[in-house]
Amino acid sequence: MEALVAVVIAVLVSCGVYLLLRARTFPVILGLTLLSYAVNLFIFVMGRLRSGAPAVIGSSESYADPIPQALVLTAIVIGFAMTAFLLVLSLRARAELGNDHVDGSAAIGEKPSKPVRPLEEDEV
Amino acid sequence: MEILLIIALPLLGAGLPLLTERFGRNICAISAALGPALSLILILQYIPALLQHQMFFLHQPWVPQLGLDFSLRLDGLGMIFALMILVIGLLVILYARYYISNKDSLGRLYALLQLFMMAMLGIVLADNLLLLVVFWELTSLMSFLLIGYWSHSTEARKGARMALAITGAGGLSLLAGALILGQIVGSYNLDMILNSSALIQSHGLYPVVLILILIGAFTKSAQFPFYFWLPHAMAAPTPASAYLHSATMVKAGVFLLARLYPALSGSDLWFYLVTFTGLTTLVFGAYNALFKHDLKGLLAYSTISHLGLITMLFGFSSDLATIAALFHIINHATFKASLFMAAGIIDHETGTRDMRRIFGLARFMPVTATVAMVSASAMAGVPLLNGFLSKEMFFSETLKLDQLGNFSYIFPLLATFAGIFAVAYSYRFIHDVFFNGEPNKDLPIYPPHEAPLYMILPMAVLGLLCLALGTMPNLLVSPLLHAAAYAVLGTDIPRYHLAIWHGFNLPLLMSFVALGGGLLLYYQRKGLFAFYERGYRVDQKVVFEKRIQRLVRLAQRCTDAVENGSLQRSVAVIITATLVMAAIEFWPLGNILGEIPLTPIDGISVIMASIMIVAAVVTVSSHHNRYAALLALSAVGLVVSLAFVRFSAPDLALTQISVEVVTIILLMLALFFLPQLTPYESSWRRAIRDMVLAGGAGIAVGLFTLAILTRPYDTGLADFFIANSVSGGGGTNVVNVILVDFRGFDTFGEITVLAIAGLGVFLVLQGLELSVPRTDRHGRQWTRDPYPIIITVLSRMFFPLALMVSVFIFLRGHNQPGGGFIAGLITAIALILQYICSGTDWVRQRLPVDYGRMSVVGILVAVFTGMGSWLFGYPFLTTTFTHLHLPLVGDIELASAMVFDIGVYVTVVGATLLMLSQLGNLAQTIDPQAETDPDFTSEESR
Repeated sequence: MEALVAVVIAVLVSCGVYLLLRARTFPVILGLTLLSYAVNLFIFVMGRLRSGAPAVIGSSESYADPIPQALVLTAIVIGFAMTAFLLVLSLRARAELGNDHVDGSAAIGEKPSKPVRPLEEDEV
Repeated sequence: MEILLIIALPLLGAGLPLLTERFGRNICAISAALGPALSLILILQYIPALLQHQMFFLHQPWVPQLGLDFSLRLDGLGMIFALMILVIGLLVILYARYYISNKDSLGRLYALLQLFMMAMLGIVLADNLLLLVVFWELTSLMSFLLIGYWSHSTEARKGARMALAITGAGGLSLLAGALILGQIVGSYNLDMILNSSALIQSHGLYPVVLILILIGAFTKSAQFPFYFWLPHAMAAPTPASAYLHSATMVKAGVFLLARLYPALSGSDLWFYLVTFTGLTTLVFGAYNALFKHDLKGLLAYSTISHLGLITMLFGFSSDLATIAALFHIINHATFKASLFMAAGIIDHETGTRDMRRIFGLARFMPVTATVAMVSASAMAGVPLLNGFLSKEMFFSETLKLDQLGNFSYIFPLLATFAGIFAVAYSYRFIHDVFFNGEPNKDLPIYPPHEAPLYMILPMAVLGLLCLALGTMPNLLVSPLLHAAAYAVLGTDIPRYHLAIWHGFNLPLLMSFVALGGGLLLYYQRKGLFAFYERGYRVDQKVVFEKRIQRLVRLAQRCTDAVENGSLQRSVAVIITATLVMAAIEFWPLGNILGEIPLTPIDGISVIMASIMIVAAVVTVSSHHNRYAALLALSAVGLVVSLAFVRFSAPDLALTQISVEVVTIILLMLALFFLPQLTPYESSWRRAIRDMVLAGGAGIAVGLFTLAILTRPYDTGLADFFIANSVSGGGGTNVVNVILVDFRGFDTFGEITVLAIAGLGVFLVLQGLELSVPRTDRHGRQWTRDPYPIIITVLSRMFFPLALMVSVFIFLRGHNQPGGGFIAGLITAIALILQYICSGTDWVRQRLPVDYGRMSVVGILVAVFTGMGSWLFGYPFLTTTFTHLHLPLVGDIELASAMVFDIGVYVTVVGATLLMLSQLGNLAQTIDPQAETDPDFTSEESR
């Protein structure tokens, strides 16, 4: 089972990172969401895989580790807040810049470097 | 404690002039003088004891781990400097009252001057070397702000930057020197350092320490070759020039030489470095001063020259030379501050400082002329004035040097040479400005007037002081000088006598040669000026600015090499770096699998895992069709929540599934405003690179997970929470108890983040105008009936049920899976359903709630719950609980943590709805006749 979980997390990370490297905002946000699934799962399984042992006192003989669960619970909510904020930023960026490229323009990054304008004598 | 007040009073007083500025200039000036005047009174009380060679200390640990203590010492040396700082400071405050025009903020100048005063007093009273460096840097900063006081002027900004760059770099060098010195001695305490002379000078790092510290001192005191910032600092308002750049701050360097004299002096290296730097500066400054046409420029080079003289005297390492140096520090401060004030008055009354345009002012400004003549004579070293006394001591000390064998005569020779130039430039200052014909009628202000009485007063006080010190040295200055010399030299103060008349001797002859030669030189100046004009001169400002620009370009190139503005590239670099670091760290692990055997796999898990993997891959492969990718993504999220169920985390499952709903709705809403298709624009190289990176990251995380899961782990912390959940938190749902009780403070932080994110969304969407297409990407019209009747009716039926469920989930949260977070999300979803099915207006009419306010109220509830425990004498967020038995309902548990959980609930509802309703609002404000978005059509055709 551990190997299965590891494979699942690995695939989620791979898919998330690949989308993270895309050039348009929406796929990047999808990638971040995938990545946060993976990270939440990862932190969660740090408490090891337990079946039928929720951390509710009196419900079973032994209990799963409640700490990673508590951590992940807030992480899920904050991850949502992050996603919402990014999404709105991407909307704003599109409205202001007229496109949804992550750099604000498809042209950036293709040129070797920004042209350096020498400072004028008076301009300090 | 009173020593601390000496420093603190100007600091406390710095804000006053800013507050009183509106009540007029007089009040402003008086309030500015308040702090320094009180400091001066304080220090005067110490003088009788200080003259008896007593010292006063204050010790306060600051960062003991670093050896940095806030310790102060008041000794004779600190005393004469503190007196200079405060007396001249007060005079400058009076002077500035009349100098600064109504256009500029007088309060700001006063505030800066007082802050500078505080820093400068800190330098002279510090008893800890590191503390001294801290104050040292503060003076550099204040000098920067004062030079740049007229920030609209390019000259001022460039001058300020240059001064900061040079003195700041010197400060860093001093810090390095101080750190090494402290390491050698084992303490930064000045007493320890000053008593460890033998240890320091025998140490192998002594030359390094000496050079680093000397660079600090030389940059501050404008010694050759670091002098060039001082002439450019003359862009400062004249009160600041008189105060910082002649009387006090530039003396910080020579003060440091005096302060560390017992520890560092006496070696050959000290002699050669300090003496020759001083000598070069002395001659160079005196020579250049003569040829400056700007009054302040002349004075600036003269200051450089005099600082060189003082430095040179410290280099001699003889006791009498040190006394002469201290004496000249006082004398120079008096006559030079006075002359700067005179220059300021002339500038003020004629509108120019160019000596080629100003003549014959004596008739128009007789008082200023008289005082300036006295001060300039002191600068030239005319008998009966204080400058003569210390200069004579200087001449006689140069005659005693024999370090260079037969070549030792160059010291008196060059000293006389510099003396000749000093006389010439002093005479030029007087003759050019006050005599030499009638004033030009084309002066910016004509005819010039005498300045107001109180503007002349500070200058006159200093001028009189020159005369008084020159005629009655033993009465006025000897005791102070003696106390200062005692602080520098220790017990063995040689016999010396400050006398006006020593008989006919060689130093006197040198003085007369200088006076005669200077006058002669001045009257032969035509040829000399022509010679100087022909000479090759470098404008240091241009050199400096060019170097700065070159540095900026270099920095720009370095930045461009790493970061070219492309997010994709940055992300790729970050991921690569992370992978490399992870690989280095985990390589020694060797075997991935640990000693714990794998648990068996069941079929359902495999099926679910397969669905998740397929869904994730589909998300990626279909990401050019955004809607499809979003649907696939939601499938992944659903399986994640099932995974939480499978592995004993019901709370997580509930949270995940509700967040999932909200997230997907949000993404859909946003997608409405974004292009529906992602263009194919990555090159195949880019795609392969990204695949390699993504694959690498996935494999790394997967292996890491497997490695951890097959190794044992410590359950101590988990056991603690499980054991104490009921007894300590009063709840059986350990996860919820951790959230609202044990780690309530973390949760408090998290809901704050949530609320801030909600407000952030709100702000980003303010005033946003989005164009929306009339049709979808296949050209189909949107439906004409946005709220179909069946779904509207159904949703309204669901609403009370959903609310009931959320209350239920909330109430049972402490003992069963549930709690504020989940209940909040369920409520939010129920409300969102209403928004979707009935429209924003419909909901807003029935539920006029400001969600931004609501999320803040939630946080306040949490805060007040936490603070409630203070009432009972417990720390923030201590919880208590009790059980209540109600008929029919049964046993109900009341815990204060539940009130906290209400705060969580309210925040979650408020923040979530703030985000979603704002986005939904955008859709409401669209003009249905809006033009089709060009982005869509272009992608359509692709």
